[in-house]
This record gives sequence, structure tokens and C-alpha cells, in this order.
Amino acid sequence: MGAASVIAVPLLAVEGLRVEFPTRHGTLVAVDGISLTIASGEVLGVVGESGAGKSLTGAAVIGLIDPPGRIGAGKVLLAGRRIDNLPPEALRRVRGREIGAVFQDPLTSLNPLYTVGRQLVETITTHLDLDAAAARARALSLFAEVGIPAPERRFDHYPHQFSGGMRQRVVIALALAANPRLIIADEPTTALDVSIQAQIIALLKRLCRDHGTAVMLITHDMGVIAETADRVAVMYAGRIVEVGPVADVIHRPQHPYTRGLMGSIPSLVASCEELTQIDGAMPRLTAIPAGCAFHPRCPQAFDRCQRERPELMPAGSTQAACWLVCA
Amino acid sequence: MSVSTPPLVELVDVARHFDVSPPWLNRVLERQPRALLKAVDGVSFAIARGETLGLVGESGCGKSTVARLIVGLYRPTRGEIHYAGRRIDAQGADPGERRNMQMIFQDPYASLNPRWRVADIVAEPLRARRAVAGTAATPIDARVAALLEQVGLARADGTKFPHQFSGGQRQRVSIARALAGNPAFLVCDEPTSALDVSVQAQVLNLMRRLQRELGLTYLFISHNLAVVHHIADRVGVMYLGRIVEMAPTPRLFAQPQHPYTRMLLDAVPDLALTGKPRTAVAGEVPSPLDPPSGCTFHPRCPYANERCRQELPLLRPVMGAESVGAVVACHAVAEGRLPLPSAGV
Repeated sequence: MGAASVIAVPLLAVEGLRVEFPTRHGTLVAVDGISLTIASGEVLGVVGESGAGKSLTGAAVIGLIDPPGRIGAGKVLLAGRRIDNLPPEALRRVRGREIGAVFQDPLTSLNPLYTVGRQLVETITTHLDLDAAAARARALSLFAEVGIPAPERRFDHYPHQFSGGMRQRVVIALALAANPRLIIADEPTTALDVSIQAQIIALLKRLCRDHGTAVMLITHDMGVIAETADRVAVMYAGRIVEVGPVADVIHRPQHPYTRGLMGSIPSLVASCEELTQIDGAMPRLTAIPAGCAFHPRCPQAFDRCQRERPELMPAGSTQAACWLVCA
Repeated sequence: MSVSTPPLVELVDVARHFDVSPPWLNRVLERQPRALLKAVDGVSFAIARGETLGLVGESGCGKSTVARLIVGLYRPTRGEIHYAGRRIDAQGADPGERRNMQMIFQDPYASLNPRWRVADIVAEPLRARRAVAGTAATPIDARVAALLEQVGLARADGTKFPHQFSGGQRQRVSIARALAGNPAFLVCDEPTSALDVSVQAQVLNLMRRLQRELGLTYLFISHNLAVVHHIADRVGVMYLGRIVEMAPTPRLFAQPQHPYTRMLLDAVPDLALTGKPRTAVAGEVPSPLDPPSGCTFHPRCPYANERCRQELPLLRPVMGAESVGAVVACHAVAEGRLPLPSAGV
């Protein structure tokens, strides 16, 4: 540790993370050997379709994998300190204090029986050594910061009295309560209308800039990633298939899956007769193909793809897990 | 009528109000007033044969209610709905008039009977139709197989149950079922919103191909502007139960007139990474139970003035775009108070 801290240690480092679910018919591997890093103040987008394992990756980082799911292998390091093997009590202190979380559905993240002010004060006093008055003052300033109008009046309101966008702001205030260094945001805008989504994206970006908070932004929406992220990791069937700066991944994707994904998004600018189509569907966990998991759907697959699994390798200005790029 | 072809579907000042009042006793004891939710409040448009009309708007703007009004799941509170020149909404109108329209729903998990095999699901409209119309029996199995192949499924998939399919395949089953009765008009209510983006592309491509092959007319409802841009010939933008702007797709996206349309287009994340400055979007959709006076958009509109707060604007042709049929409901546009639209996105 002493030696490692001399070099710039990334805020979050995930190494060879594997999340598995033991079942009667064998062990299902939902996240298979993922490695990624996030620097302080950086927004890493994690994008993929349903079942790609992106939410489980986020849950594994904050230790919220529900049994029987478990972390089968790999390490999660927060500022060089390993957190995946901490006892539950210690992990609880990390969660909330150092890593905040924002989930898709703000209504299920909030307790409907308590006022939002009480929930926020409770979170603040759990993690920070503040008396009641100071905690209330901090809560009010957080509400103001996330853009809730008239925080004094809204403080004693219940979650159901807020609209969807305002509830998500409350959840973001909760995540920020202890001034964490990292926020895991899992589909934070998916349940929201497009104009409200734009407000929440702008809010996340501003908070990130002002506090130097790093964000792991998990979403299926490439548009949200394009607006917000610095780097993006594209996931497919439990693995990262491409990772790189967001502009490069969007404009010069290297992996055939990323290319297909980008082509399948309808554009507001260009008109086309047909969208690029990736035939087939993501494999189920019970039947992940050997070799490159994408090869049955890949128009450029050759025999090596069926036998050997590619690791991430440099490709243009990104890294892609594809045998085509190493040729 | 005989000169220009009549539209296939026409709505004239259609409204649907829901009574959401508290129970009578509460109204009497707690002196609560009656509450009326105007989900759709005076919508008029026409869809030509073979055309795709897109309807966009945020949640609660009434776009799904319009779909349900057209297919007859709701009866309009006022207004008229015509299909192929005949009125179909009136009491006692022949339900057979709707035989040529079908609906595709958002959630392919909820709209297919989980206990039925796919072949039975697709065959049901055929069987029902024969009971109604008494047409000669085309062998149902052959027709079902042809329908499944038409939507990109295998003939053998007919023996499976809905849970054995992925979301995209289920939506294909919904489409096959909708096509079973040879409809001319499909009402599609967010048909791809529950799907992943690559699967969405498959379904959108399929819908386009079917439209070409079968000459279908679509009403395509979505909250996703990019999807509507891709599939629709003409787009209507709804806000709080009214259409605020309607124009041919290229025109609407290149020169949005209504401040709400501009705001929506500005809010869509910019995938092209042009780094264009984005205007901050203010406020939220007000409650339809208590809509603002005048133009319902005025509390969020940067250009609102006294007239907007009092007088409801009507849809009027856009100056210089009358010929293409662009209409907008905005006092500021009519008075020329608005800056020119920031050319497209």
C-alpha cells in the first residue's frame, strides 16, 4: 500500500471482478472478469442492454449483491483499499460515507413513511459527526443544491408529495449527504421524462464538477452517456467489450457490437431508411457461447472467435475485446 | 370529397374527460369540489392512407388516451372520430367498422396471454373474425404460419408459450396478432419503449418493411423523439391534452416553432457530441387536474406574456409553411415575437 500510494492510485479500481449465482444446474456467471478504473472527478459510463451485467457490476462495487449471488473472484479497491472483503459492518460505513448510490426508481429508494427531511438528516447524522441543528442546516443546503425549490417548506413533505424528477433530486441529495468520493448511479434518469432527464443530467454534471465526485453512471441510454461521461465501458454478456473516451467510442467504435449498437440508435439529425440491425438477442446466462460471446451475432466472426475468448486490447484510441483489432 | 382522397382516419375536436371526483359523501361532508381530468381536450387531426403519424409528448400529455379513443377502448366525451369516411365513435356505430384497425401495446409481457400458445394467440383474431363476418375458412394454421414468418419468427415458434420468448420476439408476436385480421390501420402505443435499443431497431425495421409490403397506415405514439423522427412522416406534439404543433417530420425537427417543441428537442441528449450549448429546461408538466389558464404551457414558457396567460391559442398554419401543413398553437409565434428556431439539433 505504501508504495502504491506514491503512484496515482485511481479512486476506484475493479480487478477481475466475477459475480456468480450458484443454481441447481451449475453456477451462472453474470459478470465475468471485469476490470475498470475511475479517477477522482471522472464520470465513467457503463452502457449495455438488459442482462449485460452492468447493474450487477455497480451492485458488486457497493457490496449489494443479494444472496445467493456472490463475488466469485476479483477485487474492488477504493483509493487503494480493498473493500470487497470487508465485514458487513465496515462495508456499511463505506457505503454512504464514501460511496453514494442513486437508483432508477426514486420511489423505492425513499421510505414512504418518513418525511424527506427526516430521511436526509438521518443519513447525515449516521455518517457525519453533526448535531441536530447542524444536520438540519446541511440537509437544507443539500436540498437547495440539488435544485429543490423552497427547501424549508419541502423539508417536512413526504415522498409521495414530490414529482418523479423532484424525488430523484431528493435521492441525489441523500447520496451526497456525507460528501462521498464516488457515486454509483444506476439508470438515474430512466424513469423520467426527457425534459426532467436533461435537468437531472445537468445536475449530476454540476455536482461532479463542484465536488470532484467521481460517478459510475450505469445506463442503457447512449445519449445520456454522450452528454455526461468522460469515458465509457460497453458491456455485453457479462464482459466489457470496449472501453475508451466517450467521443472515440461513439464516433469510432472498434468492436462490432459497439458499432451495431451505435447504428441501431435512431438519430435526430440524419434520416435513414433502415437502422443497422444486430440480428438475434443477447445470450442467456445459461447459454453463453464459447469463445467471444458475441460471435453468433457478429457479421465478421471467424473461426478463432468461436474457440478463444478475446481480452481487451488497444484498438485505435479505445480498447476492444475483439480478435479483429489485433490482426 | 371526390376530388382529394379522404383521410383514412380523422379526429374532429375529440375530448375525453375523466371524472376523478372524491366520493359523494366526501364531497358533501368535506366540501370538496368535483374534479375533472381533461386527459384529451380538443384534438383534431387526419391521417392519410399509407401515412405514419407520430404523436410525441411527455407522460400524462394524453397521447395514449388518443390511441385508446381511436380503437374504441374509451368513448370520447365530445368530438367525432371517422374511419374511412364513416363515423365510428357514436353510440350504436357498427363495431365492425373498427375491424380494419388494430392496436400494438407497449408492454409485450402484459398484452399476451401467458397460458396460450403463440399459435392460438395469433389465431384468435382469425377465429373471432370468422364468427363475426362468416368468411370462407382459410386454413387457420397456414395463415398463422405465414404471419409468424412475416414478422421474422419461425413456424415452429407457434407451439411455444410467450414466456419462452425475449421482449423483442414477444413484440413480434403482438405484431403478428395485430396483422392477423388484415388491418389497414395500426395504432402503436409506445411499441418499442420496453425494448433494448438493438431490439428496438429490429422492431422498427420490421414495422417499416410491413408498411411497405402491406400498405399499412400507422399512428405511432412514443415519448422518444428520435424514434418518431425515424419512423413518422408527420409528427404531432402533445402537451396537457392538446396538440401544440404538427408538421411534416423534417420540417418539425429542422424548424420547430412552438416553444415546447423547441424545449423538447433541446432536452434530447446529443449523441453527435457537437457540444452545442443547451438551454436550461425549466419546470415540470403541471397537473392536468388543475391546468394553467390560457396557454397551458405559459408557466414554463420564456416568451409568455399577458395574452398567453389568458387566452388559449388555437392551432394555426405556420406562416410560410401553409402548403406543407405545418400548424402551431402559440400566440408568440402568431405575433412574430419568437426568435427564429435554432435550426434543428
